[in-house]
Amino acid sequence: MASNTRKSPSAANGAASQEAVPDELGFRVVHHSVPRKDGPQKVTGRATYTADVHIPRMTYAKVLRSELAHARIVSIDTSAALQRPGVVAVVTGQDLMSLNMRNYGHAVKDHPVLAYDKVRYIGEPVAAVVAEDETTAQEALADIVVEYEELSAVITVEEALAEGAPLVHEQGYDQGVSPGHVDVDTSNKRSNVCQENHVRWGDVDAAFARAARVIKGDYTYPMTFAYPMEPYVSIADYTEEGLTMYSAAQHLYMVRNDVAGVFGLPLNRVRMITPFIGGGYGAKSYTKIEPLTAVCSWKARRPVRLQLTVEESILTTRADDSKVHIETAVDENGKLLARRAMIYLNTGAFAENSPLVSSKTAIRIIGPYLYDAVDITSYAIYTNTCPASSYRGFGISQIGLPAEGQMNELAAMLGEDSLQFRLKNLADSGQRFFPKKRPLTADVKGDIIKATEALGWNDPLPPNRGRGLGVLVTDAGAVPVGRSEVRVYGDGSVTVFSGSTEMGQGSMTVLAQIAAEEFGTSMGNVRVMQSDTALVPFARSTGADRTTTLEGRTVLQACVEAKEQIRVMAADIWEAAPEDIVLEPTGVMSEGRRMGWGEVIGKYFDLSDMEVTGRAHIRQKDEFAELPPWWEPAIAAVEVEVNPDTGKVTVHKLVTVADIGLAINPATSEGQDLGSATMGIGVALGEELVYDGQQLSNGSILDYRIPRFSDVPANSHGILVENQDGIGPYGAKGIGDGPTSVICAAVANGIYQATGVWLHDAPFTPERVWRAIREQRAAQAQG
Amino acid sequence: MNGVAVEQEIEPQESLASFLRERLRLTGTKVSCDVQVCGACTVLVDGLPVSACTYLAYEARDRDVLTVEGLAPSDGELHPLQRAFLEDNAYQCGFCTSGMLLTAKSLLDTNPTATEEEIVEYMDGNLCRCTGYRPIVAAIKRVQGELA
Ligand code: FES
Ligand code: FES
Repeated sequence: MASNTRKSPSAANGAASQEAVPDELGFRVVHHSVPRKDGPQKVTGRATYTADVHIPRMTYAKVLRSELAHARIVSIDTSAALQRPGVVAVVTGQDLMSLNMRNYGHAVKDHPVLAYDKVRYIGEPVAAVVAEDETTAQEALADIVVEYEELSAVITVEEALAEGAPLVHEQGYDQGVSPGHVDVDTSNKRSNVCQENHVRWGDVDAAFARAARVIKGDYTYPMTFAYPMEPYVSIADYTEEGLTMYSAAQHLYMVRNDVAGVFGLPLNRVRMITPFIGGGYGAKSYTKIEPLTAVCSWKARRPVRLQLTVEESILTTRADDSKVHIETAVDENGKLLARRAMIYLNTGAFAENSPLVSSKTAIRIIGPYLYDAVDITSYAIYTNTCPASSYRGFGISQIGLPAEGQMNELAAMLGEDSLQFRLKNLADSGQRFFPKKRPLTADVKGDIIKATEALGWNDPLPPNRGRGLGVLVTDAGAVPVGRSEVRVYGDGSVTVFSGSTEMGQGSMTVLAQIAAEEFGTSMGNVRVMQSDTALVPFARSTGADRTTTLEGRTVLQACVEAKEQIRVMAADIWEAAPEDIVLEPTGVMSEGRRMGWGEVIGKYFDLSDMEVTGRAHIRQKDEFAELPPWWEPAIAAVEVEVNPDTGKVTVHKLVTVADIGLAINPATSEGQDLGSATMGIGVALGEELVYDGQQLSNGSILDYRIPRFSDVPANSHGILVENQDGIGPYGAKGIGDGPTSVICAAVANGIYQATGVWLHDAPFTPERVWRAIREQRAAQAQG
Repeated sequence: MNGVAVEQEIEPQESLASFLRERLRLTGTKVSCDVQVCGACTVLVDGLPVSACTYLAYEARDRDVLTVEGLAPSDGELHPLQRAFLEDNAYQCGFCTSGMLLTAKSLLDTNPTATEEEIVEYMDGNLCRCTGYRPIVAAIKRVQGELA
């Protein structure tokens, strides 16, 4: 991927140091594609992931899963399993009775650590065996006898909402450990509605009444799996002193809170450590298998590792599938007037993060357009299917096709070019397009012009080809709360302490770049310590693209704070007034005298390896008071080819635009965008989990096909737009959710241009496309 | 094993991946799908790529096994592919990286002048969920350029 701001890698290659020449914006280290901090470990196999951690006396757990979609548990007989040599413990729902809490959940505490009264989906954990080795644990599962009383189940949203439908949950639950995180009605509703959201402004009925044209449509987004290559894995060691856990968890502090709640432990007795994460994309946000692993260790009184297979990972968390009815109205000049939509998410057996996903769908389906009125309702619906939670850009993927697919259709209906139609209706940067939220923080008009120019929007189209565009915005950054610490040592080396996690996005590198920039030092002189709740400062989460922007701001502030301490020390040493000490890029200066940062610390304490710690935090106040902290655009344009005989769709060209404010590390930013677009291509062309009756019929990597080398166009182009208009350090804004969500809509427009058919149901598999083309031909022949 | 003879008793059903990871604690070889679909566990046996998750450790008797730990010619020095992966950011989370490197090595060993299409075809059995693949293709081409 090329970009308009790319630094040549050799120029930036580790050379950022005191001597490095500032670039045109005055930056020595940030705004350069410096090599990643985690690179050497990752290309040599030295990088430690959770599964690589080995603890003395460690045992291994395996999980027995429900074979029924909905059933009352009558009894569980574990005696035979306990007899098997090598088995250390067997855990069932009965064991939970003596715990502080049997359920967890950051939004709704509806998720049992193990099923105790009933099972709610095929694949739900019912018991766990802890054994000296994994094979024994696996074999002992067959010795457990569970007696069920089967109940009727609801698999689809329609079934769940039908009159007299069986209830997935008969009772209400307490709110989760992040009150206010999402607005959840936890009352006993006696329905399968997990959550309902509304976004409304203006008089929608009046706007539709005066519309010149109205377009209506129904769309579906498939059930998907984020498929991080590293399956879920965690290790727990429960002792008298407390609980220590290693886990592939994006939000280790949230997991700490959930796990502490299960045992009633104070926060300081739960230590969560996240080694390198083998991919997350939302699938590893929030609590997954950690409570179960911890309970296994608590019962077995031994360290326990629980490693899931990919199949089990799919049964642990998928993404919500959705059905959307959407209508959009325009006036006689083709100006948007109003939009209304009903969004139904199939949330599965437990709420997980779906209430937030649902609330985000309702916001994000509006897009960065100017409407007089909107009326959006979204529902998260419980069903007897595996639980759904976050997926890259929570909520935006589920509404990308209806929101932007309909925009394309509307432009076509009006006989307008879809680019021009958008330019006419998009909000400008700084314009408050969404009442009571921060005005738009991106130049989306300029962005889509760049995208379409790079694609060759107006070039003649070869036969069977078509082009398409999509643009949405996410209210990014979650809640702006966080803190960081920066320690400066007497030898001038610097360590950043951050609660964020490194899951491939490059957080370790970006945070080091900020500190290196601030102290005028090299990347090699900065270390980043992350992801250990006992040692590093709190980070609310690593997701919503918040790390660079929000954690980055606190790291920058912590550097400034440390330098202020050093200023006071230098004043003491030189017997000068602090305000007469000048802070230079690499140290302090006064009346021609100079000292490096470390030198000051050593002299002040008369101890050359002493240290100074700078601290900073942000909260939802002042410049962070207005939400969202920034709007993150998702922008992509594609050129596709459709084989009219087979229905096969091929993406030939891909352009993505990241409106990033300032790219702290342009190369990793481009990487995020291409990776994100590739996930979108996966859903557009084929990814879909399918329920056959009550059972997932393709819940394995053999049957669930994610994009391969041959699916990504060689002609891929990434554009970074850097207007330094973000709230993050140096004007940066987070990216990373990226263009996943708009690929389906862009591809659908391409298919329309190539074939004349509009597809409303993703993925656009060859069979679906072929059928649609045939139906259209048949209709034309008749008409 | 990476040029050093190793003698170990093994279980008959033990996979090469668990032999490497559990017995030798060479954890650079990653296991993802465990069913020979994703390529994450790829190692070279007598120079040819195999999926260590399904390849029996027993089959590796008297053969040369190369894992990511043995790729660099010496401590402090990297294999050209490792350097190229760093240059081109051909990794993010890194979970697929060991397998990618070894598959790419066997490609360049057998067909050093592979065309872009041949690279894509050869590498197609290795999955990566992070990068979008293009940086990996770029890294392989970079090494080809250096060799040429
Ligand atoms: S883990 Fe062996 S091929 Fe996937
Ligand atoms: S780098 Fe994450 S799977 Fe390839």
